[in-house]
Amino acid sequence: MVITRGFTGRPRRGRPDRLPPGQYDAGEEWPVLTAEATPHLVPEKHTLTVDGAVEAPHTWSWRELHALPGSSYAGDIHCVTTWSKLDMTFSGVSLDQLWRRTRPRDGAAYLLAHSTTGYTTNLPLADVTGGRAWVVWAEGGRPLAPEHGGPLRLLVPHLYFWKSAKWVTRLELLTADRPGFWEQNGYHDRGDPWLEQRYQGDP
Amino acid sequence: MTDGPAAPVGRWTVGTLAEVDRLGDRLVRLRLEVEDRVDHWPGQHYVIRLRAEDGYTASRSYSVASDPGDPLLELMVECLPGGEVSAFLYDEARVGDRFELRGPIGGWFTWHGEATAVCIGGGTGVVPLVAMLRHARRHGLTDRLRVCAVGRTLDTLPYVRELLDAGAFVALTRENLATPLGVARVAAPPYLDEVAPLVEGAERAYVCGSVGFASYAVRLLQEAGMLTRSIRVEQFGATGQ
Repeated sequence: MVITRGFTGRPRRGRPDRLPPGQYDAGEEWPVLTAEATPHLVPEKHTLTVDGAVEAPHTWSWRELHALPGSSYAGDIHCVTTWSKLDMTFSGVSLDQLWRRTRPRDGAAYLLAHSTTGYTTNLPLADVTGGRAWVVWAEGGRPLAPEHGGPLRLLVPHLYFWKSAKWVTRLELLTADRPGFWEQNGYHDRGDPWLEQRYQGDP
Repeated sequence: MTDGPAAPVGRWTVGTLAEVDRLGDRLVRLRLEVEDRVDHWPGQHYVIRLRAEDGYTASRSYSVASDPGDPLLELMVECLPGGEVSAFLYDEARVGDRFELRGPIGGWFTWHGEATAVCIGGGTGVVPLVAMLRHARRHGLTDRLRVCAVGRTLDTLPYVRELLDAGAFVALTRENLATPLGVARVAAPPYLDEVAPLVEGAERAYVCGSVGFASYAVRLLQEAGMLTRSIRVEQFGATGQ
């Protein structure tokens, strides 16, 4: 540990109950980070498929997805690049609704989320069941903009935000873990912001 | 978004500032001696973590400007309004200061000569491209790398002289630019017919800059015929919403 000469930092307001270690409050800003070109998708043509280790694979049309019982998340999000954004309100459908229809098999333990761009991210199934994960199409009452993952993105707010795949179109259930895009490129497999699991090798 | 060989990953270490240069009123170039350095691939970044006496920390990621052959690690930091880390580095950093560093990080926005590539960078988005260019020059790979650098003015575009000397295409958006032939390029973003020759024969593209810049550059590359899946993007900054 090296103390930085002359560094005092910002006033310690708001910490530590809302901001995980090493994070700062981005305020009104909502930074955009993607590794690829932003696709401009037609919402009404967008579909979501759940397949892999499930009893009943299923594809929802945009309209069918909206016909499911809706659900929202009000709270904070945390990006591995150290910004956090507080008091967001996302609307969509809880993944529990999707599991209810597709019925994960006994051995299913992981999820690999796929975007239209080829982006992937892996998550333990336990992190995306029990009201902790959604697919969402709106934030703050407005449709999600393409650069923020519209028309549809995954939302797993208790993990770093790269896990909340933008432009999500397929949720593949797996019996064995398979690293996704950033996870193959040096980032942590789980990504819990409160444990600061940013990169491979972190606790 | 396909895989290649895994890029190098470094753990937390310490860097000692060996050289510091303030360039204009917003840019600071830091050159650091890094303990137990893991050589990076051009395009990768490092995290700098500042630590106050009470244990409070603030960390930010910065692209590396140096190539792996450089004995020092070079970062070019733009001082952002209210930037907790960037403003401290601009205002306070001096030779001999020691910083917690972590890197290299990132295995996607990298180039080490494996493909013929076109790169478009805006503002400090040119920094990782400078690392690629330096690597290309050191290893005689310059025919595999075409760089387009975009800035507002000559004085605010980092590394502009080095980029021009290396044959990069430079577009300034707020002032005219004298070309080697003595003809001025009128202030404007890069046009399709300026970028198209760089795209010809390129297997891959890299775009780095602000969100608005990145979306402009991606569209330009797509119009010039670059396959969307071959475009790698690194963007920074925010949208207002």
